[in-house]
Amino acid sequence: MLRGLLTLLLFQGIGEAVAQFSGIPIPGPVIGMILLFLALQLRSKGLPFGLGEASHFLIRWLSLMFIPACVGFFFLASIETNQWFAIISVVVLTTLVTMIATALLMKYVLMKHLLIKQQLKSEVHNQ
Amino acid sequence: MMTAITLTLLLTLTFVAFSIAFWLYGTNKTRPIIHSLLHPLMTAPLMVAAVLLLANIDYQQYRDANQPLFFLLGTATVALAIPLHQQFHNIRTLAKPLLITLAFGATFAIVSALTTAWLLGATIDTLIAIAPKSVTTPIALGIAEKIGADPSLTAGIVVFTGVVGASCGPVLFRWLRITDDRVKGFVLGICAHGVGTARAFEISGKCGAFSSLGLGLTGALTAIALPWIVISVLK
Repeated sequence: MLRGLLTLLLFQGIGEAVAQFSGIPIPGPVIGMILLFLALQLRSKGLPFGLGEASHFLIRWLSLMFIPACVGFFFLASIETNQWFAIISVVVLTTLVTMIATALLMKYVLMKHLLIKQQLKSEVHNQ
Repeated sequence: MMTAITLTLLLTLTFVAFSIAFWLYGTNKTRPIIHSLLHPLMTAPLMVAAVLLLANIDYQQYRDANQPLFFLLGTATVALAIPLHQQFHNIRTLAKPLLITLAFGATFAIVSALTTAWLLGATIDTLIAIAPKSVTTPIALGIAEKIGADPSLTAGIVVFTGVVGASCGPVLFRWLRITDDRVKGFVLGICAHGVGTARAFEISGKCGAFSSLGLGLTGALTAIALPWIVISVLK
């Protein structure tokens, strides 16, 4: 667990450094995540000791870490009231519609993908 | 000046609110819709905000006290690499369907939000702040800076989007009869970023891995494309 946390912090640091010195608009932790992913893929052995445990622990409590940012929503005072109505309805409405449309599309595309694969398999089988 | 006591109390406030919210969430497991709407990310911030308003404490002060959680959020983001690595064999074979869904979802989120907001009479400033709503907060803030949006408004809209998506998503999936964890996860990641990903990991590890992928890809795609679109439209 301790060694796993150390690995995560190391990659967080590298990610922050890359973000700062390269000027890429992607946040440091996201760069750290990509680098750690690449490092794990290049490694032929399994997960390093303790890394699974540490990541499982952090991801399990991910919601807790979002709370301080969420509280900020109640303290936005700089907007006129008629804009509030527009903002809240837009977010609720379009987020739900986007989710429905995206989910249905993905379900359809996955089904198509599976069908094509099966067809290819049977063609190979027939030859 | 903030004393060590206030700092500790304000950080404890987050943990106490989360514990109560988590308990409340667990007591309603048999009623799926109420269960989803009572997600800790819906109820805990409400409790914290109520306490802060009643006690007349500034948000900035609360934010400063909770800096450790903001830092840990970064560490947890790095930790998303592990489920992604473990599920990669599932992801690699699906590259084409995933990319089609991503391109559609990320574009649809922006276009639908901007059109609806414009129809409802939103000002240019509001429109610009709404545009990056489905992207993870740190990337959205980077985009906001580039396109000249109000950062605190953008952050608020982004978080609100995540909470709406994460709490209503599972209800929608039930209605649409979607049982595939890969679809649930990827859609939560595209539409509700980190908050949706936190929710996806409650469903399953596979769901969470697909959500992490959706979150990362949407963030990268929007960060590259949106500043360019906004600048060319406003010119």
